[in-house]
Amino acid sequence: MTPRAKAVVDKSMPLLSAVGLFVVWELACRLFAVPEYLLPTPSASFLAAWTYRDAIWMHALQTLLTTLGGFALAVAFGVLLGALVGSSRAVYRAANPLLIGFNSVPKVAVVPILVMWFGIGTVPAVLTAFLISFFPIVVNVATGLATLEPELRDVLRSLGATRTDILLKVGFPRALPFFFASLKVAVTLAFVGSVMSETVASNLGVGYLMMSASSRFNMPLVFAGLLVIAAMGIAMYGAFSVIEHRSTRWAHRGGESL
Amino acid sequence: MTAAFVDLDRVTLRYGAGDTLALSETTMKIAKGEFIAVVGPSGCGKSSLLKLVSGLMRPSTGTVIVNGQEVTGPLKIVGMAFQNPTLLPWRTTLDNVMLPLEIVEPHRRRLRGARAEYEERARAMLASVGLAGFEGKFPWQLSGGMQQRASLCRALIHEPDLLMLDEPFGALDAFTREELWAILQDLWTRRPFTVILVTHDLREAAYLADTIYVMSKRPGRIVHVRRNELPRPRTLETTFTRDFTDLVHELRNHISAVRAAQDTIPEDAR
Repeated sequence: MTPRAKAVVDKSMPLLSAVGLFVVWELACRLFAVPEYLLPTPSASFLAAWTYRDAIWMHALQTLLTTLGGFALAVAFGVLLGALVGSSRAVYRAANPLLIGFNSVPKVAVVPILVMWFGIGTVPAVLTAFLISFFPIVVNVATGLATLEPELRDVLRSLGATRTDILLKVGFPRALPFFFASLKVAVTLAFVGSVMSETVASNLGVGYLMMSASSRFNMPLVFAGLLVIAAMGIAMYGAFSVIEHRSTRWAHRGGESL
Repeated sequence: MTAAFVDLDRVTLRYGAGDTLALSETTMKIAKGEFIAVVGPSGCGKSSLLKLVSGLMRPSTGTVIVNGQEVTGPLKIVGMAFQNPTLLPWRTTLDNVMLPLEIVEPHRRRLRGARAEYEERARAMLASVGLAGFEGKFPWQLSGGMQQRASLCRALIHEPDLLMLDEPFGALDAFTREELWAILQDLWTRRPFTVILVTHDLREAAYLADTIYVMSKRPGRIVHVRRNELPRPRTLETTFTRDFTDLVHELRNHISAVRAAQDTIPEDAR
């Protein structure tokens, strides 16, 4: 294969794998005559997505905004807490068990509580997205700050650098690749949170759309909802991957980003 | 004799719960502008010595006096370089060298207004170690020897009175190492500053230092002090002279004696 052809294949790999999955799925459904109320074919799902495009557009926009709202909160809170945990041993000792405990609680169990406090709708969805996605940001920012080379710290301290100096000149730039890596994970988690909350307690959003579609046995529409969420997740992940690559080029020398 | 610039008086350093003795009763007097080397087997507390002098650690007993003042916290007049060049990968070579200027007063205050002037100084410094033309490169685009030169520039850009070197050339190949000895000697001749070099390369110590301290390990103790009167500037030719090899042999014998003495200790303890 010529290098050029190799490059083309390399570029089209993601598309090929997606198309391949749909082809296998379609064939399996037809070959084994799987009834539509169990597993609709991808073609039926895409058709449903087109048929209900107006409704899907409205609900998808709601889900996207809720997710990004919760995610923005997670970034702000996560960076702040991560900076505290990563730069102070005392805060680390104090906060770590609480954080792990909190992260272990299934967020689906928290949604009813949020509904009791804030009613159904957008607010619990935003908060669930926030709660589920801040943890990886905290951990990564803290790790980036805490793994500063001791020699480098000595160099700076022997110049008379204050804690703030060290944090600003070295800590934060160094933690940046960790931070961006966590954003990619966090934004996909945020989708999980918002959709989960919408399924349980909302009358808007893709989660609600899927819930109501399944109660009417409209499985193609349920799967259309799933595909839309997956597409939004991939788009957001890709967007943050590009930002990551642009802003921390030094950390990705000689390689593609994941 | 004038007062020493760095004066360690019976300094002892214990680690942790007071069991491990890293340094024991160490006394050193280093004159201003003197280049000293500390040699010894690994794990003999050489690095602890640097941390004590620069104020990053406090002695358990004894006093450390630098420039007439007892050291009670990190000094602000020190430049440091380690075996690992520890350059910041997101900064260009030039910006790495200028890092101390962003921290040390009075440069910190002046930097914004006189950036061009300071940049010129950094460029000149890089040129003097043979890195002209590499200012805009990132550290990971430089070879190990080049990174170490940049690290030396960073340690000296703010014109510190005291330079601490912790096996700075330990990870380099022999040829690059000898090249950097000459560069370091040049820098030091041009603007004498006090240097404490920690190394286990005896030829390095003999090439660079005015005074060589031999240390034993566990506990670290100075067992021998040797003035090095070889004429300066020393060159690669110097390292082939009789005086030089004799000096290295002498040091080598002291190290062997130290190591032999230690090897018998476990048997005594049995």
